[in-house]
Amino acid sequence: MHTETISPKETNKKLLAKLEERGIDVQACYQCGRCSAGCPITEFFDLTTMQVVRLAAYGMEETLLNSKAIWLCAACETCASRCPNDIEIAGLMDVLRELALRKGITPAEPRVPLFHQCFLGSIERWGRAYEVGLIAGYKMRSKDFTGDMKLGLKMFSKGKLSLMPHSIKAKGEIKKIFSGKGKEYER
Amino acid sequence: MKLSYYPGCSLNGTALDYDKSVREVCGRLGIELVEIDDWNCCGASSAHMTSHEVGMRLPMRNLLLAARLGHDILVPCAACFQRLKAAEKSLKEDPGYWDLGPYSADMKIIHISSLLASQDFLELIKQHMQMALSDLPIACYYGCLSLRHPKITGVENFEQPRTLERIVETLGARPVGWSHRTECCSGSLTMARPDIAQTLVGDIVAAVRRAGAKAMVTDCPMCQANVEGRQLDLDSQHYLPVFFATELISAALNGRYPEKQKKLHLVSADVLAEAMQTSRQNREDRI
Repeated sequence: MHTETISPKETNKKLLAKLEERGIDVQACYQCGRCSAGCPITEFFDLTTMQVVRLAAYGMEETLLNSKAIWLCAACETCASRCPNDIEIAGLMDVLRELALRKGITPAEPRVPLFHQCFLGSIERWGRAYEVGLIAGYKMRSKDFTGDMKLGLKMFSKGKLSLMPHSIKAKGEIKKIFSGKGKEYER
Repeated sequence: MKLSYYPGCSLNGTALDYDKSVREVCGRLGIELVEIDDWNCCGASSAHMTSHEVGMRLPMRNLLLAARLGHDILVPCAACFQRLKAAEKSLKEDPGYWDLGPYSADMKIIHISSLLASQDFLELIKQHMQMALSDLPIACYYGCLSLRHPKITGVENFEQPRTLERIVETLGARPVGWSHRTECCSGSLTMARPDIAQTLVGDIVAAVRRAGAKAMVTDCPMCQANVEGRQLDLDSQHYLPVFFATELISAALNGRYPEKQKKLHLVSADVLAEAMQTSRQNREDRI
């Protein structure tokens, strides 16, 4: 049988190396499409899940990092757990999202990473999620002032949203985790 | 039985009542919970989706704290469970990568319903139950994170789990067969893309109705808040309440469903009180 190695663009070899290091074997895809078929968000994607895997196998980093799909993936793991070739597709999405952020690429779905940033900002500061703070931060920065006002008030009236943050004692340890100490060796 | 307890942030906030029912049910069943001192957020979806480093190190800190106690860890939140399991796997397989030295703790990370659905605890629940849930047709809803990825969670029948059904049957309610038991409700997108969450939740509750259930039960605090909350955006005459598994167990053990607890739901939770009333009636009729 004749086999041929796909040669990605020189600049995208780093992506493939990264995926290999994480044990995500995108080359194993034989395009059965089971990942796309089971994806609960697929109708909102601009690329199907299988296209994401194939584009990754070709090292087509730019298309992927500029896609909506990487941000709309909810990390439900349905695709990965059903993949007959055991490709960790949800892990692939994680790698792509992180890379897009690190490269400063304007996200095609800006509100999603903005929410993640607000959530993580609250963890970095307090050690635990502080819902009221993160919701307020997200509302300010997304300029989505009115959305879910009713739901928020309902939750608040039922005592489900605390006005005070839940702070832990060892905040220094959390700050250290966020500072990237340990990432020095090219992570 | 003594377990370390990792409540996680939801159980300190939007799912405060889940925490209360977990502690109460465990107390009644002879499980002593020792809360991990100064635990931090597991990072949930937001951390691992945007930073591998932060997404792993946050739950790892909790594991290292728990290792000092040495007991198995009970985790009621599906997301926390998955993140702690992911961190454990990475820590065990490649401690050198994290510069943390060998990690040899053999404590198990246990998601609540897999514990309570074991034969021993189901027997105990049966023995102590004051009131059955009178054949209440209920849809068991697992969502994603307590099941997938099975390589992380270690769940064998992740496509056809039965833990919630076993619990609900023991309580005398009637679990229905339905299509969306392990489908995603898109909780991680609910703030940024409420329209998507609304669509997915709409599909899920439509499937529950098709199957003839009057309520849902889950063991994931994000699913609980998202599926109840996003229903309010849908045009409906009656919404479906989503109960926590331990909330139902507590009601059955105590023989009553407190009004105060009922009011914490974002939609009407009358069906449970009604089912218990029917049970009471049937019992009185027999006497």
